[in-house]
Amino acid sequence: MSLVAEDIQRVAKLARLGLTDTETTQTLDKLNAILGLIDQMQSINTEGVEPMAHPLELNQILRVDQVTESDHRAQYQSVAPAAEDGLYLVPRVVE
Amino acid sequence: MSALTELTLAELQTALESSTVSSLEVTHAYLERIAAHNPQLNAFITVTGEQAIAQAKAADQLRAQGQATPVTGIPIAHKDLFCTKDTLTTCGSKMLANFVAPYDAHVVQQCQAAGMVSLGKLNMDEFAMGSSNENSYFGPVKNPWDLTRVPGGSSGGSATAVAAALTPIATATDTGGSIRQPAALTGTSGLKPTYGRVSRFGMIAYASSLDQGGLIAQTAEDLAIALQVIAGHDARDATSALMEVPDYRSALATPLEGLTLGLPAEFFDARLDPAMQSRIQSVIDLYQSLGATTREVQLPHVADAIPAYYVIAPAEASSNLSRFDGVRYGHRAENPVDLMDLYERSRSEGFGFEVKRRILIGTYALSEGYFDAYYKKAQQIRRLIQNDFKQAFAHCDLILSPTTPSAAFSIGAKSDDPVAMYLEDIYTVATNLAGLPGGSFQAGFLDGLPVGYQLTGPAFSEARILNAAHQLQSVSDWHRQHPEGFAHV
Repeated sequence: MSLVAEDIQRVAKLARLGLTDTETTQTLDKLNAILGLIDQMQSINTEGVEPMAHPLELNQILRVDQVTESDHRAQYQSVAPAAEDGLYLVPRVVE
Repeated sequence: MSALTELTLAELQTALESSTVSSLEVTHAYLERIAAHNPQLNAFITVTGEQAIAQAKAADQLRAQGQATPVTGIPIAHKDLFCTKDTLTTCGSKMLANFVAPYDAHVVQQCQAAGMVSLGKLNMDEFAMGSSNENSYFGPVKNPWDLTRVPGGSSGGSATAVAAALTPIATATDTGGSIRQPAALTGTSGLKPTYGRVSRFGMIAYASSLDQGGLIAQTAEDLAIALQVIAGHDARDATSALMEVPDYRSALATPLEGLTLGLPAEFFDARLDPAMQSRIQSVIDLYQSLGATTREVQLPHVADAIPAYYVIAPAEASSNLSRFDGVRYGHRAENPVDLMDLYERSRSEGFGFEVKRRILIGTYALSEGYFDAYYKKAQQIRRLIQNDFKQAFAHCDLILSPTTPSAAFSIGAKSDDPVAMYLEDIYTVATNLAGLPGGSFQAGFLDGLPVGYQLTGPAFSEARILNAAHQLQSVSDWHRQHPEGFAHV
């Protein structure tokens, strides 16, 4: 299966990556080469094989239901590109 | 006595314990070497000299008060993927070029609590995506054995810093080979622990079901000493294993009689370069002289590890890296016209080409209609690979193979061909998919460039891997060779 420029633009939109037309063209061949490598998988018979999401057979460990975290808002917002009065600033979304 | 910076971590420990040297002297010696050689090698992104000197003085005081741990006063440097409070943590990316982490990673905390001295933060492929360290926003790292060649990646800064003795030991991370491959290409020892052995808290995530923190040092003994410091359960990482941490150093002395090394038929076939094969054979001969036996084992699905990895890792990356939105931290585009423009331009400007490629592949693999063909299929192959290893370990204790197909390649040789670059990890990715521990150790030289061999073990067999590698280092001196041009004074 080979991707065309429109596929890349659609996926880039989903990933919130803005690509110029030049970048799309440059990316196209490389992504198709990578997908060619990945498509080797399709020749393997995996019928009835349980998918493996994770290497460890872990049970979720429950912690005691008590507050352990303190307030770090000011500290975390100190590295924000734009914050004011405890809020993150973004372009207006509601007119 | 040889120069301070020539000592292994174990030797430094002895010198500090006998008060032959102080941590301050050791730290000064390393900071001087960094100042002299880093401009050429580009291994460090940030050097924290003042902080290191303060920590060294504190360490010397603790020792004087009889409160030293086995590693108090020993310098270390951290891959720039581990968050360090109040210090730049860039992950090799323009996206985080100005990011000062608000907290320390668990691994960093453990090192600090044990009294280790942090020299700074090490260069790496952007977001740990790469096998050559050419994908760093802060420029490529050079291999000290040949400055025109790559050190491997993604932990290229860690490997070069240890190989050129800019630090006695470095933290590193491994998602598909990012500790073992650079260790092999720089003539150092590297250990990727079992998934869950070392907490991922404060490690900037690439592919969460594969990422594991570990170490690069000169020797297996040094890895054992430092693994003791960073291994163990941490409640802040839900995938951190509730397994007791054994005494790694005391296990080093175990004789190798009775050890069975498995040689996967799939790795020792006609595709293996004859020169590399002869290097690996010389390692096998030494193991046999120490009483180990070898036998052929099968890993029938190992050839499918690379395709499965390049679905699973990008899929997880596309999800993990969605957090970089230009709002809460990291790069933000100027004058956005609306929220979508803010997201798209911040991400496009902040991420490099390889990161964008992997986000696109991952997003595509997870998009509607493709999940079964890609992600689910890759997870099924992952299960088959894990089963292969389980069956192989019924017949052997550890699996021995080359770490890489060849010695270090030239800078630029593969940078425009992602598929060729991905095949660099052909011997290493299966270990990550199965969640197993793996180490790369020195196997001598090909045309003056170091190469490595890899030991892979069952889950939580780090002690056995380090034991075997240590015994081999006790009858070989490849790990004692240093690159010319970086002489110790």
